[in-house]
Amino acid sequence: PWLLVLLILLCWSVTDTKRVNETWGNPARATQDDPHHQTNSTGHKKAFPVLSFHYEEVKKPLEISLWILLALLMKLGFHIIPRVSNVVPESCLLIFVGLLVGGIIKAIGGEAPGLDAKLFFYYLLPPIILDAGYFLPIRPFTENLGTILVFAVVGTLWNAFFIGGMMYGVLDLLSCLLFGSIISAVDPVAVLAVFEEIHINELLHILVFGESLLNDAVTVVLYHLFKEFAHAGTVTVADAFLGVVCFFVVSLGGIMVGAIYGILGAFTSRFTAHTRVIEPLFVFLYSYMAYLSAEVFHLSGIMSLIACGVVMRPYVEANISHKSYTTIKYFLKMWSSVSETLIFIFLGVSTVAGPHAWNWTFVIVTVILCLVSRVLGVIGLTYIINKFRIVKLTKKDQFIVAYGGLRGAIAFSLGFLLTDSDMKNLFLTAIITVIFFTVFVQGMTIRPLVELLAVKKKKESKGSINEEIHTQFLDHLLTGIEDICGHYGHHHWKDKLNRFNKAYVKRWLIRGERSTEPQLISFYNKMEMKQAMMLVESGSAAKLPTIVSSVSMQNIQTKGPARRRAIPSISKSREEEIRKILRANLQKTRQRLRSYSRHDLLIDPFEDVSEVRFRKQRVEMERRMSHYLTVPAKSQETPPVRKVCFESEHQIYTYDDSESPRGSAQASRPHPSSPDAVSLLDESPQRPSQRGALRTRGDAEVRAKAPDDKEEQDQLKLSRCLSDPGPKKDEEEDGSFLS
Amino acid sequence: MGALQSSPGQPEYIDLAEKTGFSFEQIGVLHKRFKQLSHNETTLRRDHFNEIPDLACNPIRAQIIEAFFDRRNYRQNGEGTVDEIGFEEFLVVMSHFRPPSLNMTDEQRESVRKEKLRFLFNMHDTDNDGTITLEEYRHVVEELLSRSGALGKETAKSIADAAMLEVASISMGHMEPDEFYEGITFEHFLKLLAGFEIESKMNIRFLNMDTTTLCK
Repeated sequence: PWLLVLLILLCWSVTDTKRVNETWGNPARATQDDPHHQTNSTGHKKAFPVLSFHYEEVKKPLEISLWILLALLMKLGFHIIPRVSNVVPESCLLIFVGLLVGGIIKAIGGEAPGLDAKLFFYYLLPPIILDAGYFLPIRPFTENLGTILVFAVVGTLWNAFFIGGMMYGVLDLLSCLLFGSIISAVDPVAVLAVFEEIHINELLHILVFGESLLNDAVTVVLYHLFKEFAHAGTVTVADAFLGVVCFFVVSLGGIMVGAIYGILGAFTSRFTAHTRVIEPLFVFLYSYMAYLSAEVFHLSGIMSLIACGVVMRPYVEANISHKSYTTIKYFLKMWSSVSETLIFIFLGVSTVAGPHAWNWTFVIVTVILCLVSRVLGVIGLTYIINKFRIVKLTKKDQFIVAYGGLRGAIAFSLGFLLTDSDMKNLFLTAIITVIFFTVFVQGMTIRPLVELLAVKKKKESKGSINEEIHTQFLDHLLTGIEDICGHYGHHHWKDKLNRFNKAYVKRWLIRGERSTEPQLISFYNKMEMKQAMMLVESGSAAKLPTIVSSVSMQNIQTKGPARRRAIPSISKSREEEIRKILRANLQKTRQRLRSYSRHDLLIDPFEDVSEVRFRKQRVEMERRMSHYLTVPAKSQETPPVRKVCFESEHQIYTYDDSESPRGSAQASRPHPSSPDAVSLLDESPQRPSQRGALRTRGDAEVRAKAPDDKEEQDQLKLSRCLSDPGPKKDEEEDGSFLS
Repeated sequence: MGALQSSPGQPEYIDLAEKTGFSFEQIGVLHKRFKQLSHNETTLRRDHFNEIPDLACNPIRAQIIEAFFDRRNYRQNGEGTVDEIGFEEFLVVMSHFRPPSLNMTDEQRESVRKEKLRFLFNMHDTDNDGTITLEEYRHVVEELLSRSGALGKETAKSIADAAMLEVASISMGHMEPDEFYEGITFEHFLKLLAGFEIESKMNIRFLNMDTTTLCK
């Protein structure tokens, strides 16, 4: 119900502006007269307005906010009703909402705001593209770059000329070609919106998505080219040649502009160690500047934005703090999400609002031609591409690529920017129809089709360190084999680039000693950091997700030769001496083992807060434990407690060499029957680290509370630990045990 | 092998093509390279490999060279190492890097995967005992990081330990505290890299045209 209220409010505000605009003149004059009146007739004063309504002053920000709020509430609504959003992709629902809103506004009698091209290109599109570019998975992108480029450039050209050529009968050639160039480009926004939800495998995702990003250059060139010529009327060979040159200039120029801004951004981030708060802003602003600078020269803004994000990312991420990284990530996701939602809603509204020139044949022919040309293009190009690919594209892959050629708001905005009036409406109608068709029909059916065809889905990556090791290993291996074979292939050049990067670029752009850090180590650091933070956040109550189950360090550390010497019969005092020495060694081993613990963070130069908190917690834990365990030591009648604790100490360091005299005793011990000992034995063998400390704290409490039960277990334990000393030994040991 | 000309269609080539799956042109190119590397002798030795300048800056150079002399990679279920190899062994080792062809069944793909993973396993398992122990794995990581210089052994150890822990937990799940994880067996290795899609990654492009004269 409140959604409806909001809708009504929004529409009313929009329509109100119209009415208000007309009467704008009068109130202005009226307010101007008032002060006159007041000064003239001081005797007769109007009552001071306690509550007045000044809508016009806040109209614009209010409208914008209302629209955004509406968009977000809609998005929220869809996720609360999961049934609908499982069948229909979000983009469809949003367009539908836009249609509704547009319909309501029109019904009320106001004029619905259309999708302003300037608004779209300068405010709504950049966040989406930056989000896509910044988080572009580089490895699959570069591995498939050839394929992506062929699809983007040749495919789009083919589409444009095919559609334009086939339409020749309807209109003159140049207008048709112009129309073809607008409608032929696959739209990144629509592709992102639909493909995000179906989770197909990385290869297909990057193929379609990469194509949608890189075809912007082709679209820009063709669009401007044909727009110029549509006015001129004829085209010569020289013009065509210039068009080709223009294409290279646009694309390469765009990439260069982006790369320059990217390097600038990376360089700036090197110095932001003391002003962490503004770090994210640098990333955003440099990227936006790259986009705008490219647009100034009619270069490809999208490619420039992508290049900026890609170039900037590895260096910036090495320099900025963890919090800034999170900020950047979430702001980008937030902005792109809002933009996407708004775009689709506006698309719906403009459909209702815009002037339409409905021409059945034109529209139907367009839709059919789009489909046909896409399918033909993909099949033809794949045939050629497969000759050069190592891993070929199967028929299933081709189908998905063809089916994923969605058109979207970019086509609509480009059509909107046309100046010719009657053609424009014709074109716009057709464009909207195609967009609706692709988004609704193809968007809705692609998910069941993916299931039906059993296309490989995205595999859940857990950030496995083994996979990272092997990725690096394979890189070097393949480079080596290529060198042995004697041809400079893909891996060779990649290796050269990496080495150049490491030797020169990183030193300039990354601050401090992180510039020489190899990738494997930074990966490992990141992983450890993540796990440490998870541990801190989960605290002692929750269980750690068992990435490592109950396997702990001692299971893999080499035992060394199991020295099982017979226990020599020596005097009591010698025994105590030996025990003291052993205990001292235990302390040392404890220190050593701790450095192998997975939960010890390597010293990270950036973001030590969690580690500090971590260590503080641990120290606190241990202090509390020592308190619990030393208190009973004062009263000499709770030997079992200390015995028990001695055992736990035993347990942890079972595999230490110095423990070998007890080895035989330990090995021959059956699984303990007493519950208390069980809890001990269960918990203490956990890795000798933070977890152990956390758990044994609870354990210590249990032990302190129930010393009485231990009496009967006394005998049991005594029998097990052959060389168990008397209680008096352990007092001072307890303290040192926990120090 | 005597005086082998590099023209395709020789009976030895047919035999090799069948065994390794290369085409005649590819075998011809590789043979030329073989002769270039071995200075026209009939066998290659380790120092011939050491002479390749591009290989000098590769951190895992030693392991790669060893792989060529490892009899486990000759697909004859042999063991141990040799000191010199002929062209046939060279080709057989290279054939591990051929991409799977387009029209393979799932079974064939699976066997290709196993073969490639076996090759990697053999590279890690240097003492031929069928398991990769912690020491061997540590060695692998150390070699990978050997070019980084300053960071040295401790970090490599921690990384290798973490990796080993991961393998152990993936393959063994739950372990008693006194059990000891001997090492990564081949089954565990398969399980570990199950999602890695190695059949698409561990490939290089074998050319049909001769470009060896362009490179050193």
